[in-house]
Amino acid sequence: MLTQSNGVAAKVAQRPAEVIDRAGLGALISLLQSDGYRVIGPQVGDGAIVYETLASADDLPAGWLDEQSPGHYRLVRGPDAAVFAHTVGPQGWKRVLFPPRQTLWEGERDGSQFSIEPAEIEAPPTVLLGVRACELAAIAIQDRVFLEGAYVDAGYAARRAALFIIAVNCARSTSTCFCVSMQTGPKARTGYDLALTELCGGGRHDFVIEAGTERGAEVIERLERRAAGPEDLAAAAAAVERAASTQTRAMPPDAEGILKANLESTHWNEVASRCLNCTNCTLVCPTCFCSTVEDVTDLGGDHFSRERRWDSCFTLDHSYIHGGSVRREGASRYRQWLTHKLAHWHDQFGSSGCTGCGRCVAWCPVGIDITAEVAAIAAAAPAAPKDKR
Amino acid sequence: MQRTKVKPKLAVWKFSSCDGCQLSLLDCEDELLAVAGAFEIAYFLEATRAQTRGPYDVSVVEGSIANLHDIERIKKIRAESKALITIGACATSGGIQALRNFGNYEAFVRAVYARPDFIEGLATSTGIADHVKVDYELRGCPVDKRQLLEVLSAFLNKRAPRVAPHSVCVECKLGGAICVMVAHGTPCLGPVTHAGCGALCPRHDRGCYGCFGPAEGANPASLSRHLAQLGLGERELAELYRSFNANAEPFRKEGAAHDNE
Ligand code: SF4
Ligand code: SF4
Ligand code: SF4
Repeated sequence: MLTQSNGVAAKVAQRPAEVIDRAGLGALISLLQSDGYRVIGPQVGDGAIVYETLASADDLPAGWLDEQSPGHYRLVRGPDAAVFAHTVGPQGWKRVLFPPRQTLWEGERDGSQFSIEPAEIEAPPTVLLGVRACELAAIAIQDRVFLEGAYVDAGYAARRAALFIIAVNCARSTSTCFCVSMQTGPKARTGYDLALTELCGGGRHDFVIEAGTERGAEVIERLERRAAGPEDLAAAAAAVERAASTQTRAMPPDAEGILKANLESTHWNEVASRCLNCTNCTLVCPTCFCSTVEDVTDLGGDHFSRERRWDSCFTLDHSYIHGGSVRREGASRYRQWLTHKLAHWHDQFGSSGCTGCGRCVAWCPVGIDITAEVAAIAAAAPAAPKDKR
Repeated sequence: MQRTKVKPKLAVWKFSSCDGCQLSLLDCEDELLAVAGAFEIAYFLEATRAQTRGPYDVSVVEGSIANLHDIERIKKIRAESKALITIGACATSGGIQALRNFGNYEAFVRAVYARPDFIEGLATSTGIADHVKVDYELRGCPVDKRQLLEVLSAFLNKRAPRVAPHSVCVECKLGGAICVMVAHGTPCLGPVTHAGCGALCPRHDRGCYGCFGPAEGANPASLSRHLAQLGLGERELAELYRSFNANAEPFRKEGAAHDNE
């Protein structure tokens, strides 16, 4: 079970599930907006589902589905007006909690003196609407990276504390999903204030709503709703079961052991012949957390700042130390990404770094598939001696 | 520490090129006064007729080496310059005019000029670094003016320029642009192209044309296999790599691999 370290209240005593309708979803959004939250949720942008600020429930991607496969993503029309029938979009919630660019501090020169001011942290109260189970798992992983240990990331902590999370249980998987094999989904189990399961079709459009926290329960109290009947609960369970049972992709069991036993596999070179070193896999991954810092000055050098931006283990600069880069070959960069994500993450953070969201599979321009590569490494391996594990 | 009052002497030189990169400097409208304040503009014909003799603290060089006079001139400039920075695809890889490197130069000259005997060109167009030592290369066709200012600013402040050699894809993802290749099936050179433009084309729903030349660690052979699956033929692939940076090593090799004529 993933721990919560963000100040969000512990899970409330079981409150029976209730039901709101499509108008009720609109009311939920307006209510939170009038409480002072900005509500970020899924909408259609440039041919994909993107997470942006919603003006109202009308911005939700009603009737859109995503078709995803390695190196391929398309939005297509669905059979009904469901607003959450898509799966995960290219941009995770990482953009909100760990923005691609941040100013860390700014400075001024004054004659022979200089002064430094930490940058202001902006953390407006924010609702994340439509967070999937794999994404909750990713947030929990990044919580561990940024909030635990000796060095707490102040910006992340402030933005994290300002969140109200509304999860959505998936009713559908796409070909790139493999959360079942990572034991992260498709049902949201922890880490949310509210959880919704959409029931759309056969003349109805409702949402089963459940509270995960006390403040989530308080919000439900203010909505027009009814108690969930046995048929509502059965329909909700069937929807999630459908998402789970139609999942076709899976991470091989014991990816950690397979990789640790095959650091010198010949397969690393084979992947490198296909890998573009483009970094897309790491930048769409909701758990990848690497960044670099750069110093900026104006021409006169009187104003300067230190900027932090996303970086990737696929760049040469990422492993640059005095004298050159450590990981010069594509093979060693791909190996770094895979072995950290799936093997050494366990040693460092106590879990896998992969949630099974499938983003790296879909958004790799040449469709390199993390699950297939682990399987290929296992197959290419001479029987791994047990003691190397 | 007291700051020195002597301004470094800046010279801007042109070789075989269209002037677009120099123009990027003049295009820095808001910062132009700051540039003029920070440097003594010793030689910059596009901006001023005034000329000061060398030596120069920093020479900014645009254009490729395309005729015999160019070679002599760049050697002289190098000898007179403490730092030499090349800007743009022409200066860093030979530019669009390097397409001649893959054809019959004599035939081109006869076809284009009324008096071919007046022409003293070289059969190849090459980047400046093929002829003299270059201290810093800034890519792009044309260069990005913010990057140009960044390089000058880094020079003045004695720090490393903030110009990353990674792919255009990084800029797509930093800016939140949706990948046109994955989401729309549009062929895109971004995964093998050096960043710098801010993913200008993908942000406007087009594939990258490769204006900034090859990225670090570029793997065009793999990209070509994928582009062929998206429907590009051999000739289209060869032409894709043969544009502004046709003579840059990874693009030159990949263009040749698909040139079956
Ligand atoms: S490694 Fe791939 S599938 Fe796993 S969490 Fe990252 S993007 Fe998702
Ligand atoms: S695995 Fe795919 S997305 Fe990742 S760097 Fe290689 S080509 Fe790019
Ligand atoms: S649009 Fe092109 S440059 Fe941008 S991520 Fe996709 S492949 Fe890379």
